[in-house]
Amino acid sequence: MTSVTAAPSSKRSPAGLSAGARLARAPWGLFLAIAFAVLLVVAVVAPQLLTTHLPTTIDYGAALQPPSWAHPFGTDESGRDLYTRVVWGARDSLTIGVGAAAVSIGLALILGTLAALGVRPVAVVIDRFVEILFAFPALLLALLLIAIAGPSAATQVLAVGIGTAPGYARMIRGQILGARNSGYVEAATALGHSRWRIVRAHILPNALRPLVAVFALSIGQSIVWASSLSFLGLGVAPPASEWGALLDAGRAYLTTAWWLVVIPGLVIVAVALAATTIGRHIQTRLERGERS
Amino acid sequence: MSIAEQGTAASTGSAESTDTEASTDTGGLARLDWPAVRLRVRNLRTGFRVDGVLRPIVAGVSFDLLPGQCVAIVGESGSGKSVTARSLVGLAGRNAVVAADELELHHEDARSFSSKRWRRVRGRDIGFVLQDALVSLDPLRPVGAEIAEALRLHGWGDRAARKARVLELLERVGVPSPAVRARQRPDQLSGGLRQRALIASAIALDPDIVIADEPTTALDVTVQAQVLAQLEAMKERGASLILISHDLSVVARLADHILVMRGGEVLEQGSAAQVLAAPEHEYTRALIAAVPGETTRGRALTPGAPEPGPRPAIGDPVLEARDLVKRFHTSDGTVTRAVDGVSFTLRAGETLGIVGESGSGKSTTARLALGLERLDSGDVRLLGQDWSALPESRRRALRRRISVVYQDPLSSFDPRWTVERILLDSLRSERFASGADRDARVRELLGQVGLGAEVLPRFPLTLSGGQRQRVAIARALAPRPDIIVLDEAVSALDVTIQAQILDLLVALQRESGVAYLFISHDLGVISHLSDRVLVMKDGVVVEEGTAEDVFERPQQPYTRDLIAAIPEFAPAGDPRSISPEGDA
Repeated sequence: MTSVTAAPSSKRSPAGLSAGARLARAPWGLFLAIAFAVLLVVAVVAPQLLTTHLPTTIDYGAALQPPSWAHPFGTDESGRDLYTRVVWGARDSLTIGVGAAAVSIGLALILGTLAALGVRPVAVVIDRFVEILFAFPALLLALLLIAIAGPSAATQVLAVGIGTAPGYARMIRGQILGARNSGYVEAATALGHSRWRIVRAHILPNALRPLVAVFALSIGQSIVWASSLSFLGLGVAPPASEWGALLDAGRAYLTTAWWLVVIPGLVIVAVALAATTIGRHIQTRLERGERS
Repeated sequence: MSIAEQGTAASTGSAESTDTEASTDTGGLARLDWPAVRLRVRNLRTGFRVDGVLRPIVAGVSFDLLPGQCVAIVGESGSGKSVTARSLVGLAGRNAVVAADELELHHEDARSFSSKRWRRVRGRDIGFVLQDALVSLDPLRPVGAEIAEALRLHGWGDRAARKARVLELLERVGVPSPAVRARQRPDQLSGGLRQRALIASAIALDPDIVIADEPTTALDVTVQAQVLAQLEAMKERGASLILISHDLSVVARLADHILVMRGGEVLEQGSAAQVLAAPEHEYTRALIAAVPGETTRGRALTPGAPEPGPRPAIGDPVLEARDLVKRFHTSDGTVTRAVDGVSFTLRAGETLGIVGESGSGKSTTARLALGLERLDSGDVRLLGQDWSALPESRRRALRRRISVVYQDPLSSFDPRWTVERILLDSLRSERFASGADRDARVRELLGQVGLGAEVLPRFPLTLSGGQRQRVAIARALAPRPDIIVLDEAVSALDVTIQAQILDLLVALQRESGVAYLFISHDLGVISHLSDRVLVMKDGVVVEEGTAEDVFERPQQPYTRDLIAAIPEFAPAGDPRSISPEGDA
């Protein structure tokens, strides 16, 4: 006969790809993000494992040194090792980030669920309340709270948490409404299941599943928010080496010692990036799980 | 690029040897008409490259397309019929590899066409009518501009001439007041008008070949009749038509030559009369036998399936609806009466069919009967007791007397649940002495719908369409209901699968005496299954009676129109012959 191009002559499976091609396909971004996350956890739990100095050791002889082998991230105006300060600052920064994310999602969960499933007057009031919160920029809302309660790590967590909650509340409300109007909820109603059982067995699990991913994404976002507040001097007070505070302190030396701002800034970006990468991965995994 | 590969992929030197082969495997297509052949296809093969591996999808399609002739490619989902159609116009896709021994368009070897050349061919030589008019038309552009665009791309005339041409085309495909319609966007047009606009853009440049991929799927039967009439008129004007369809009755009306495909292969081909009246392949016979209709009532649709047992005696009323009214308020303040004074009685062991076109209120009626929608007025009684008048909390205990199967079983299952969990959930109201008893009941349910225990740990997503609908039926059977409401329950299934599910429904009713409230837009399915029929239009029952009366002696003009619009299709061995005109 003639051509065999379309014939199933070869039975190569995707596993039959060359080793090089398979390496190129590996999710390197995800591996890096996970490795970075592990490092962060170590930095939070036992920062002394990653550093040789203490974050508060002052050495005026080595002030404002650029990055070198001895000081990979350079030193600040008091000769403190910036690498050490960044590592020890992880605990503050991440606690604030994770705490704010938890506050944000927790609040959003309550508001979103009530707005979607509450009795009508309650739902309407909450809907309007969330809309009012929405009308303020998140940062403004956070500033308002700090103005009332005074700057501290706790207010920072609350401020960022409350500031970012409306967006998630809206999302959760939408998810729940989507599940409530789904075919499987109607099928369960037709089977004669009680409303409470339907909410518990179908609506909440399906609506809240995507939250795992959203939580990871919001950690990254919260760290950026918290750092912004610290940068404005509205967060953790100076001797602490929270990353936003580091940025704030380094601002004065921007023209002479760039590393004091650039390196903590890059670390914040890296954390947000890692959290987002992991969050997105969980998200796609969940979505794929739903489809296949 | 896929098509560009054809030239190099297909060997060119063996035309002589394939000619003889081709003529045998095309059922001896006449070679005499050779000068007139517009499109000649020999051993067309299409595969897709996935992860560097070529997966064949279609193999060995051969036919000749003559002027004024219609070649139909018939098959169920996954048969490769759409891929075949797309391969013929260089649209098979980015990863596709298309090869053929011969692919000649107007006696020119099309295998070596560049993609630029294909763009010139499409529209000018070959018009392509896509399946779904709503997604195939630009939602933001008036349909007139869309059609004019096709003309402009091929450098046809000037602005004024194109404008006039658009109106002429719309008029030709039967769009009323074309000047108004040309300025409207797709969402302002009904499904039928959209489909006709799509046909107009496909024939804008008077191509002498038109490929129509499922041109009437998802259209109401009366609209379908109009679209088929347009395609027929095109044929009469001398255009050659390639019709892709899963629907044998549509094919029977238009086709001169039929290819039956399954799994990417042509199982059988020949003249329409021969394939439909004396099918040779077992699958073709099954396909033809599977078409439900009046003549199949009380018979199994799947060849080899046991004929249904004696029908149970019709008993007392189980569901009585009186003067149901349901209004919907639209955002612009108008009120539509979705259901307006509908009454019916369903008796034990009986099937009541509700048939109507989209927007007739049949699905709302089903939801009202199920107590899933609040009535504005009227009354539904279940087993002689109050039903619609009860608050939901008191209805709950009665709910297992009436269950439901939807058109799309997938969306009616919680995506996180396995088949086992779905079935156990449906048995919650029943008490079992032991876990073993309960498992036995689950297995019994599966057995009733013809499934094995191996589906229990699977998620509905991983099941086939037919299996999913079987699980949905098992769930509906679980509480041992007196009534099952089936809302378009077989409409999304392939013909042969639909036949199996219909056979199953008949068998289950004969076994258990359950009553069906069967909602469908498909008159064939309704007439196959129903004892009595309700014809609905605009929320009102226009005709009611036994299936025989309604289909044989329709009283109302609307019912007559509806029945006349069914493409006539008489299976082999039926006393009626195949009449392409549908003169019911």
